[in-house]
Amino acid sequence: MSHAHPNFRHPKQPENDAGYTRRDYEGAISTLCAGCGHDSTTNAIIQACFELNVEPHRVVKISGIGCSSKTPAYFLSRSHGFNSVHGRMPSIATGANMANRDLLYIGISGDGDTASIGMGQFAHALRRNLNLNYICMNNGCYGLTKGQDSATADRGSASKKGIPNPYESIDLCELAIELGASYVARGFSGDKKQLVPLLKGAMAHNGLAFIDVISPCVTFNNTASSTKSYHYVREHIETTNTFDFVPLQQEILTHYDEGTSQEVTMHDGSIIHLHKVDSSKDLTSRQKAVNNLEKEKEKGRFLTGLLYVNPQIEETHDLINSTLYPLNTLTEEDLCPGSEILDRINSALR
Amino acid sequence: MNKIERINDFVIRFCNVNGSGSASANNLFAKAVFRLGVPVSPKNIFPSNIQGLPTWYEVRVNEEGFLGRRGGIDITVAVNRQTLFGDYQDVLPGGYFIYDSTKPLPENFRRDDISEIGIPLTTLCNEAFSNPKLRQLLKNIIYVGVLSFLLDIDLSILTGSIQKQFKKKPKLAEPNIKALEIGFSYTRDHYPDTCKISVRKSDKLTNEIMMDGNSAFALGAVYAGATVTGWYPITPSTSIIEAFEKYTNTYRIEEDTGKKKVAIIQAEDELAAIGIVIGGSWNGARAFTATSGPGISLMSELLGLAYFAEIPAVLVDVQRTGPSTGMPTRTQQSDLLACAYASHGDTKNILLFPCDPRECFELGADAFDLAERLQTPVIVMSDLDLGMNDHVSAPMQWESGRKYDRGKVLSADDLENLKEKWGRYLDVDGDGICYRTVPGSHPTKGAYFTRGTSHNQYAAYTEESSEYEANMKRLLVKWQTARTLMPSPRIKIRDPEYTIGLIFYGTSTHAAYESISRFSRDGLEINSLRVRAFPFQDEVIEFINQHKILFVIEQNRDGQLRTLLINECEIDPARLQSILNIDGLPIAASFITDAIHGSNLTTIPESLQKQNKTGGKQ
Repeated sequence: MSHAHPNFRHPKQPENDAGYTRRDYEGAISTLCAGCGHDSTTNAIIQACFELNVEPHRVVKISGIGCSSKTPAYFLSRSHGFNSVHGRMPSIATGANMANRDLLYIGISGDGDTASIGMGQFAHALRRNLNLNYICMNNGCYGLTKGQDSATADRGSASKKGIPNPYESIDLCELAIELGASYVARGFSGDKKQLVPLLKGAMAHNGLAFIDVISPCVTFNNTASSTKSYHYVREHIETTNTFDFVPLQQEILTHYDEGTSQEVTMHDGSIIHLHKVDSSKDLTSRQKAVNNLEKEKEKGRFLTGLLYVNPQIEETHDLINSTLYPLNTLTEEDLCPGSEILDRINSALR
Repeated sequence: MNKIERINDFVIRFCNVNGSGSASANNLFAKAVFRLGVPVSPKNIFPSNIQGLPTWYEVRVNEEGFLGRRGGIDITVAVNRQTLFGDYQDVLPGGYFIYDSTKPLPENFRRDDISEIGIPLTTLCNEAFSNPKLRQLLKNIIYVGVLSFLLDIDLSILTGSIQKQFKKKPKLAEPNIKALEIGFSYTRDHYPDTCKISVRKSDKLTNEIMMDGNSAFALGAVYAGATVTGWYPITPSTSIIEAFEKYTNTYRIEEDTGKKKVAIIQAEDELAAIGIVIGGSWNGARAFTATSGPGISLMSELLGLAYFAEIPAVLVDVQRTGPSTGMPTRTQQSDLLACAYASHGDTKNILLFPCDPRECFELGADAFDLAERLQTPVIVMSDLDLGMNDHVSAPMQWESGRKYDRGKVLSADDLENLKEKWGRYLDVDGDGICYRTVPGSHPTKGAYFTRGTSHNQYAAYTEESSEYEANMKRLLVKWQTARTLMPSPRIKIRDPEYTIGLIFYGTSTHAAYESISRFSRDGLEINSLRVRAFPFQDEVIEFINQHKILFVIEQNRDGQLRTLLINECEIDPARLQSILNIDGLPIAASFITDAIHGSNLTTIPESLQKQNKTGGKQ
C-alpha cells in the first residue's frame, strides 16, 4: 500500500512564483529503507521542481523496475507516473515524449535498470538526444533482490556479502558523454547543495540530460569494503565545479572572474555559471570531459558536478522534424486525408 | 503433343536471380493483365538474400476470379541458369518453356511433351543496348515483350504502363519500350502460332484495385490518425513502415512549416519498438508498430504490461515461417497462439484477421478504435503473402466524416466537473472498461500512477489478494465486452442441412472459396465460416454447433486456430479436423480439395460420397 503524508502543515508555507508550496511537489510516503540515498535524491527533485516553478501536472515521471524505480511514487503526486518494466524506461519515455513534446519528462532508473538489462535502451535514448531528464540512482547493487553486485560496482568493492567484485565497473557518465547525451552530471545523494542545481540545469536543458546520482544502499552496500558507501564516497569525492543556475528572466547579480568560470546558455535562455576549480576543464568538449573523469579515477576519486554540456545538439523532435504542436492534440481534421483522397488513391491503383 | 490451350486461365512462372531487377519487369506483366480487366494474382517466392540466389514470381491468371495459389506451371520464363533443370521439369505437360537461347539447352533437357521457345535474350539485349547497367534490367523487359506476342497482349497496354511509370523521366521510358518491341518482333518472326494460351480483355474487373497488404495497412494507419510509430526492421513487415513514411510525407506535412504530423522512430530492437508504442498511447497519441513472429516474442513482456495496466496498443504481425528464424521470406499463419496469449501470467490479446488489402486498410484502421475503446493491445494478423504480394481487391473505403473512437478518456472539463471520486481502474459502467486520463490535462485532478504491479481501483499499489482478484476478474468482463465489438465473421450457408462446414481465416480464404466452388460444381455444397477476430463471437460457436463435419484450414503445423477454438469455446476436439499447409508457400485450392477427399469421408453421407467420386478431382 502507498500512504499519503499527513495533511498537517505550517499554515504559511512559502509559495513559489507559480503559486505552489513545496508540499504541492511531494508524493506518497516512501517505503524504502530508512536512510536510503534514493529518498534524498527524491527530495532534491522536489526542491528543484519547487525552485524552478514547474507546474506539477505538466511533469511526467517514468521509471523501470527496482528500488530507484519505485521513487516516482514519492514525489510529485500531481503528476502522471508510469512504473514500467525492467530496463525499458527509455522507450516508454520516448513514446510519451513523441506524443506530447510540451511536458517535462523525468525518467528514473537505477544501475541495474540502466547498466545491465536496460543498457541498449539507455544507449539509444542518448543517441537520439531525447528531451528527457534521465536520473540514475546508482548504488552499485541490486537492492530489491537483496544485494547482488550490479555492473557499476567497482572492481574489488565488496557489499554486505563480503565477496569482492571481480569485474570492471561501467562508468555511465563516460558512456553518456560518448553516446551523445547533451548534458551529463554526477551527483551524490548526500550533497543536496550540489544536486539541486544539477537537477535544475537538467530540467532547463533541451535534450537528454543524464544525471548519475551516487545513492548509497544502506541495507546491502554501505559496508566498509564498499566503494559506494556513504563514508567512502564522502572521503573520495572530487568536485569539478560549483554551480549557479540562473533561470530565464532573472538578473545575474554575482560577478564571475574570467578564467575560473564558464557560462553556458541553455535552450530556454537560462544560464549556468560554473565555478571551476581548474580553469583548464572545458565542459563543452567531449574529449576533455572524458579525460577529466579518467584522470580523477586514476587517483581513486569520483568526479562530481556538471561533467559535460552542449546545448547546441538537436533533440529528437528536431531531428525528425516533427510539428511543434503536441501530436496527442491533433484530430481527424489534422490527421485524416479524407474519403475524396482515398478515391484518388484507389484510382491510381487501378 | 497436346498443347495447353486456354484463355484467361493459366499459371506462369518467372525464374530469376534475385537482385537482377526482374521484379519490375514481372510486375509490369502482372499489371498489364490486371489492366485488361482479368483477375490476376502474382506471388513472389524469394530467398532470404539480397543478390544472387534464385527467386520465382508466380502469376495466376483466372477469369473466374480464383486468386489463391493453384499449383502447377503452364508457362515458364527461365532466365536463371542455376535452377534451369528444375524449372524445366516443373512445366506441366502441354506447357511452354521460354528460355534464353544465347546458350543452347544442355543435352539432358529432353522433353517432347512441352513447347520450347528459345529467345536469345542476352544477344538481343547486347546488340541493342550498350550501357551494362541497363542491359541487365532491359533483358527482363525483352521477355515481357516476348510474352506480349505469345499471349496476344496488346503491346500498347505495356508501353502505356511504362510511360506511366516513367512519367517524370521520359528518357528512361524510351529504352524500355524499345526492349519490349525487340522481344515482341523477334517472337513474331520466329514463333508464330506457337502458344495456345492467351489473355483477352475482360469485364471481370471494373472497380478493383491492385495493391499489397502492407501498403494498405500503412494507409489505414494514416487514416486512423496514428502519429507515433516505434519499429525495428524485420521481413516481411518492414515495408509497412516504409509505406507509412511515404504516405505521411504526402498527407501529414504542415503546410506553413513543412514539419511532420507524425513521429516515426526506428528503435534499437522490438522491445523498444513496443515500449515507444505503449508510451505514446499512454500519453494520448495513436501509436502502432509493425513486426513479425520473432518481434512478437521479444515484445511479449511489454504486451503483458499493456494488458495489465490497460494501455491501448496497435500491432501488426506480418507472419512468416517459424519457429526461430525459420524461413524468413516464406509465408505462414503460425503466430496465433503466441499473439493471443502473449506474455506471462493470465493474458489474452485481441486479434484481427484481414484477408485482402481492403481489409488490411479497414481492420487496420478499426484496430486503433478498438485498442482505445478497450484500452488493450490489438494485433492485426497479416502474413507475408498478404503483406508483400500484390492482390486484386475491392477498393478501400473510408466513410466521409468518420470520427475516431478515442474510448473512455476524461477531458479537462470532464475532470473539472467530476462529482464522484475517480478511479483509474474503477468499473463504473459495468462493461469492464474504466476511464483513463492523459498527462497534463488538469492541474489537480486525474493524475495517477500507472504500474505493472498489482493495483487497486484507484491505481494504488496493492498486495491485497481480494483487490488483485477483483481486478483480474474485471479484465474478463472487459474481454466479454470485447466479444461484442469485434468485426463479425463471414458466414456462408450453402447447405441447409449443415453437413460440412469449413473454417478458415486470412490468406487461406481465397483457396478455401475456390475449393468450395469446385465441390459445388461436383454437386457437394459446403458451408463456410471466415473468422475475422479473436475473441470469438457467438456466431462462431453456433456455426460449429450446427455442423456435422468441420474442417479448420490453416497455414501452420499445429492447428493453432483449432486450439484456440477448442480452448476458448469449449469445443470437443474430435469435432474439428485440421487441414494444414506448412510448406511456406501460400495454400492452394487443390491442397484443400485433396485434403477433404482424403479425410475420413465415411463420415460424409454415402450419397454425397458418390457425387464426389463421379465429379472427379480438381
